[in-house]
Amino acid sequence: MKKKNIKTVFSKAVIYFLLVLIGFVFLYPILYMVSYSFMDTQDLVNPFVKWIPTKLYTDNYVRACQVLDYFPTLIKTIYVNLIPAVLQTIFTSFTGYGLARFEFRGKKLVMLLILVTFIIPAQVTMIPQFLMYKDLNLIGSLYSYILPAIFSQGLKSSIFILIFYQFFKMLPKSLEEAAQLDGASFMVIFTKIAVPSALPAYIVSFIFSFVWYWNETTLSALYFGNKIKTLTLGLQNFAATYQNVYSMSVTQGGKNLNEAISMAGTLISILPLLIFYFIFQRWFVQSVDKTGITGE
Amino acid sequence: MKLTARNSAKGYFFISGWIIGFLIFTLIPIIRTFWFSFNRVRFTADGIKESFIGLLNYKNAFLMDVAFTDGLINYAGQMAVFIPVIITFSLIAAILLTKDIKGKGFFRTIFFLPVIITSGPVMKQLIEQNATSLPGISEYFSVQELANEFGLLGNLLGTVLSSFIMILWFCGVQILIFIAAIQKLDQSMYEAASIDGASGWQSFWKLTLPALMPVVGVNVLYTLVTLSGFSLNTIVQKISTDMYDINRGIGYATALSVIYFGVILIILTVFMVFINGRRKKAER
Repeated sequence: MKKKNIKTVFSKAVIYFLLVLIGFVFLYPILYMVSYSFMDTQDLVNPFVKWIPTKLYTDNYVRACQVLDYFPTLIKTIYVNLIPAVLQTIFTSFTGYGLARFEFRGKKLVMLLILVTFIIPAQVTMIPQFLMYKDLNLIGSLYSYILPAIFSQGLKSSIFILIFYQFFKMLPKSLEEAAQLDGASFMVIFTKIAVPSALPAYIVSFIFSFVWYWNETTLSALYFGNKIKTLTLGLQNFAATYQNVYSMSVTQGGKNLNEAISMAGTLISILPLLIFYFIFQRWFVQSVDKTGITGE
Repeated sequence: MKLTARNSAKGYFFISGWIIGFLIFTLIPIIRTFWFSFNRVRFTADGIKESFIGLLNYKNAFLMDVAFTDGLINYAGQMAVFIPVIITFSLIAAILLTKDIKGKGFFRTIFFLPVIITSGPVMKQLIEQNATSLPGISEYFSVQELANEFGLLGNLLGTVLSSFIMILWFCGVQILIFIAAIQKLDQSMYEAASIDGASGWQSFWKLTLPALMPVVGVNVLYTLVTLSGFSLNTIVQKISTDMYDINRGIGYATALSVIYFGVILIILTVFMVFINGRRKKAER
């Protein structure tokens, strides 16, 4: 009995040790960002300052905010990502519901094509799509994101369709059948019964869609051109923009871009997502449990 | 009869948006991409002009463009190493997180955090600061030395070591999928096995892993698609820049994307054949 106790204590200790170790590896870049973003030029070159800056130096943040044009860009970024994410969630739920609840010819083919669409890299479709938006004069407008989202072809739409398909499939049909016998139309059944009971699937889809749109740069750089600036694209051009903003002031005691300013810029560009994550944290971490997806 | 007809009409109503979207935003673009890849495409005052040049774009891509062929080889090598590392690591993390311990939620929150903040620009900043290699690793190893010593294999090993954190940052979703699958496993199976005297190690290899093989397939697919579409991927970047290159242009870029898609499919097939083989072996 005693021997067994020691064994379980030991294995628990090993598990905690491994988890803490892995957790540190995961957090390391973030800790690095936080620590470096507060260092001034002296701290950066001082070999004795490794992790903790000698003082709380906030000028890096001031500069990074200026380079990114922070608050106007932040509001634009939220708006640019929120609208496609909401539309993508609504319209993929349509598709998922149709597949889960009704039988029709060609359903198997549609399911297969949805999976295939997931594998096709964006590079294969983005150039003709770009030319199409160009013909329609939609380059530099948000419609290049909105239109595919409305037709369930947005960013990683297949995943959301499958989430809704699985979720609606899990819901018992009885309530909807009862409503049908009472003479409710199918749209009423969908909006009044199916949608409210699928709330977890909607929340999970929306938060993932929002985050994935936020972090996307290949398509947004191509479709938005220079017209729409987001924080993610701003960070991509951080060094170049810094040169533009500060090249004049070098003579007036300005300084070159250093890693502390870059880290401050990176940190404030992901800060809204971090806050978003801690608000919806439970939904992210339990998304698989909540929607019952394991991919079968 | 009438009921089924109405039923299917409703079905078509709900998926009609997807069908239209699939045609406009996926199928037609794919066909156009294929067509462009056999053409030289030029912008003119009244729209784009194509001139058919057969397989020339493909020939140039394979024979003239060293950056592309090298990039492809590098990409394939990375997938061959990164995917097994990511899957193995996710599985280990998922097993640890399903053990009966306190603070599971806390650890899950940390492990999932990278999914939220991993974008190309953020990664690029971190790589430039050398914050994606394990602290201290670069003091003991040099990628260059490993590459010189062991060739391609050393190069890959060096890449894994120097971007270890970056690789782990792609594990979040996979960990969640594994956790959900492990929690669904039939517990009575393990009790029976332990009564028969099987150790935890044995029941992992004989029970857990075979049961998880389909989920491994899902995770391989997810990992491959995510890594292949990531904006720091050299091929992805090359397609985006060659599109605007005067000497190359849209025709050439589309040819590259077709080849790239082909390579992705080959890699996927290899992994799926391997996983299926493992599953059949386990069933026997």
